Amino acid sequence: MSKAFQRTYTRLEAITKATVTLHAQGVSNDELATVAGRLAQVVKIKGDLITLQVFAGTEGIPTNAEVLFHGEPPTLEVSEELSGRFFNAYGDPIDGGPRVEGERRQIGGPSVNPYKRKQPSQLIPTGIAGIDLNNTLVSGQKIPFFADPDQPYNAVMAQVALRADVDKIILGGMGLSNDDYLYFRHEFENAGALNKIISFVNTTDQPPVERLLIPDMALTAAEYFAVDKNEKVLVLLTDMTLYADALSIVSNRMDQIPSKDSMPGSLYSDLAKIYEKAVQLPSGGSITIIAVTTLNDGDITHAIPDNTGYITEGQLYLRADTDTGKVIIDPFRSLSRLKQLVQGKQTREDHSQVMNASVRLYADAQNAKTKLENGFDLSDYDRRCLEYAKAYAIEILSIDVNIGLKEMLDTCWKLFARFFSKAETGIKQAMIDKYWPAE
Amino acid sequence: MKATGIVTGIISNLVTVRFEGDVAQNEICHIDLGGTKMMAEVIKVSGKNAFVQVYESTRGLRQGDKVEFDGHMLEVQLGPGLLSSSYDGLQNNLATMEDVFLKRGEYTAPLDHDKIWHFTPLAKPGDTVYAADWLGEVKEGWLPHKIMVPFSFKDTYTVKSVAPEGDYTIDETMAVLTDPQGEEHTVTMVQRWPVKVAVGGYVEKPRPFRIMETGVRCMDTLNPIAEGGTGFIPGPFGCGKTVLQHAIAKQGDAEVIVMAACGERANEVVEIFAEFPELIDPHTGRHLMERTTIICNTSNMPVAAREASVYTAMTICEYYRAMGMKALLLADSTSRWAQALREMSNRMEELPGADAFPVDLSAIISNFYARAGIVRLRNGQTGAVTFIGTVSPAGGNLKEPVTESTKKAARCFYSLAQARADKKRYPAVDPIDSYSKYLEYPEVVEYLKERVGKDWVEKVSRAKNIIRRGKEIAEQINILGDDGVPISYHEQFWKSELIDFVILQQDAFDPIDSLCPMDRQEYMLSLVLKVCDVPVEFDDYEQCGAWYKEIINVLRQMNYSEFKSEQFNKYLEQLNTLLTNE
Repeated sequence: MSKAFQRTYTRLEAITKATVTLHAQGVSNDELATVAGRLAQVVKIKGDLITLQVFAGTEGIPTNAEVLFHGEPPTLEVSEELSGRFFNAYGDPIDGGPRVEGERRQIGGPSVNPYKRKQPSQLIPTGIAGIDLNNTLVSGQKIPFFADPDQPYNAVMAQVALRADVDKIILGGMGLSNDDYLYFRHEFENAGALNKIISFVNTTDQPPVERLLIPDMALTAAEYFAVDKNEKVLVLLTDMTLYADALSIVSNRMDQIPSKDSMPGSLYSDLAKIYEKAVQLPSGGSITIIAVTTLNDGDITHAIPDNTGYITEGQLYLRADTDTGKVIIDPFRSLSRLKQLVQGKQTREDHSQVMNASVRLYADAQNAKTKLENGFDLSDYDRRCLEYAKAYAIEILSIDVNIGLKEMLDTCWKLFARFFSKAETGIKQAMIDKYWPAE
Repeated sequence: MKATGIVTGIISNLVTVRFEGDVAQNEICHIDLGGTKMMAEVIKVSGKNAFVQVYESTRGLRQGDKVEFDGHMLEVQLGPGLLSSSYDGLQNNLATMEDVFLKRGEYTAPLDHDKIWHFTPLAKPGDTVYAADWLGEVKEGWLPHKIMVPFSFKDTYTVKSVAPEGDYTIDETMAVLTDPQGEEHTVTMVQRWPVKVAVGGYVEKPRPFRIMETGVRCMDTLNPIAEGGTGFIPGPFGCGKTVLQHAIAKQGDAEVIVMAACGERANEVVEIFAEFPELIDPHTGRHLMERTTIICNTSNMPVAAREASVYTAMTICEYYRAMGMKALLLADSTSRWAQALREMSNRMEELPGADAFPVDLSAIISNFYARAGIVRLRNGQTGAVTFIGTVSPAGGNLKEPVTESTKKAARCFYSLAQARADKKRYPAVDPIDSYSKYLEYPEVVEYLKERVGKDWVEKVSRAKNIIRRGKEIAEQINILGDDGVPISYHEQFWKSELIDFVILQQDAFDPIDSLCPMDRQEYMLSLVLKVCDVPVEFDDYEQCGAWYKEIINVLRQMNYSEFKSEQFNKYLEQLNTLLTNE
């Protein structure tokens, strides 16, 4: 590891839980160093006093620890060989395979010139009707799942990833439980799709600050495939809440003044830097980001989901539907801001009409439910709405649905015909004439 | 003598520089990182140390790296060619950058130095002129772009010569002026101005007295913004802030529009890039892009330049105002700018105010809003900068420092309500919480009476009362049940729904409904109020609801039809039949 021109230092001036400080010369901002064998990064330079953030934590580091500067920021070696491999936060293999040879790239590189971007326009089908029908995903989009910790968000995300029609899937796992890590690995291997998947994983038994490297590692690999190889890349980031928690740990150790919910004041910019890597490139390559942001008891006003909502292009809510016992994609609070770029353009002409009518009728069912709970009488329409809502939840909203878009639309038409009159759907006459199921 | 220095400290994009010579607050400097010159701005001086915020990533920067100070503040170049350009926060032309990725230290020229402009002189030798006086003009698109005495010229000057009518590039001498000491100054089509200083050169800044029409009914009818006025739009994410701003940008009655995308999503700017060149300005029939400048510093671009972007945008607006034009500045979102200030203040270890924002946040915001306004120029003409900013309140809670500070500074408040957005009632502007202080100006009320109609102000206040009463009744019905209130309550509730559906709601994506000129707004509101006046007898509340639903449907069809077209009149007849049948 040690090279001839590297200078070593053996005297630490200060140690906190996450940082060490020492006198050193010629150090550059953001560069990597090794402190007593652990990786660290320069976060502050004041004269010749250098503060390093030690990713693995500083437990047991003595004041005479050996500090070695690497002369460059964190890098990842990129090549086709990345495919099918599992790495830790530093980009070292954790699957027992050989080191990846390739071009060394600095992680956390520059942004795409907004003027050079293309408008996202490619539909990404997932088979999940709650997504494809109501919240259609588009390549180049960035969208998180907002989910409570007890919901099966990782399973849903793995499903979405494996069904999506993309060239590469890159998993950035932050604070994954070991069980979830093994789950992803198992799912990927079983699907026989391992050759198009690359994983960067930090598990809960590893130091939290290491997590900060994961998104940049994953996105550097993503940019390699999207920019250099013109591929459609899907990046999965789970769990961004744990990433933000790691940010707050570091800023706390650096004595920064916390803002809302004890998060660093730069949270918005920090998250935006990651999410804005989602892009449709003029060359045809794209990066799409699907993330998970776990919520605390459904609270979306907390700084992490709140800032995320302002950055991402919509959000997907998972909800346990008590009437059917299914986990569904909540049609009211979920939103894909880019859906109108593909709906009716790359999908059937009746898409947006069917979507709006089906959600509106589902909303009427919610009103009927409230009426019922408050002890008011139900009308015939109310009762039909409630029946419809159950069928709609099972056949469309449930996350275990796996059908094509055409079938989703046809299913909705059948539901309309089963429970409602043509007029009650409020759909344009021309569409009714064409798609209303024959008796 | 320009100062020089070396880097002595780095925390993220805050760099400490030990300097030789003299530096000024807000002076620009360039830091040399292995041949790449990175721009930075002095934000604090302490002894021989200057604290500078770097407009780029400081990765790889070392202690001892060289710094050169420029001797001036952050400046923009003002001249023909600003319109239809797309800049970053520091006025680098994004379109002329070659790489797909933004490169550190790559600064591109804001204006095209080769383009030929046809110049017509307005001043003649012997004229006495001051800063901002017009010397000549060139046609920028369809706009007469004035070539002025530079704003930085503080003296009284005599025109020695003006270039004759003809074709020139922006760098050629357009005039020579002589100051009282007899010294000669040349004027080209380009001048520079520091963005953080308000442009002067006008005689007075009267109270706004005219309305700036936006074509958005919930603004123009209920709470109009004045030409040269200020307004802000706070709202949680997903409530349609950006759609509303884009709607105003597409139809606002202004000659020049500057859109500052400040710390927001890149794909939203891509939408402007993709859409605007296709769209037609409803007032002139020309391409929208020809009157639009985009300042784009998206959320992943360097944070310090985000702060600069709103100032750059404002300076460009003031420049066009000095030409006697109506400029409209739209900034999305000012919260991101405030967050940029917070990040810097935090790194400088200043004592924080509420939510860790700098304590002078309120002053900074109100200073900025104060740069808007209508002005009377020396030649008697008027020009205006109208400013509408969006605010992204954390957690959707309006009791946070940026919203509160902005509320003190801006005169119009367009509150986007989550509840309305959830019900898909767009634009989700809350009709009760929102306000326009300009309605309290007697001169504005006079103007409205003359421009729209003698009884217009009374009509609007009647409509507002109906909405307010409707909201109260809706709450009572929720508690008591439909049967628990008299039918007259249902009637009043449905009258407010009528106004909501026909006047407040507007389809931003429909080519006809999206733009509603003032005479049409007047017509529709009068019609709706007339409907409210028709006495109808109902047997029960269901009948009442059904009747109003039918009326609403017909009136909405009218909104979707060309004003006073055959189709429009057909629906009007239908409406009259419905009204007289009862």
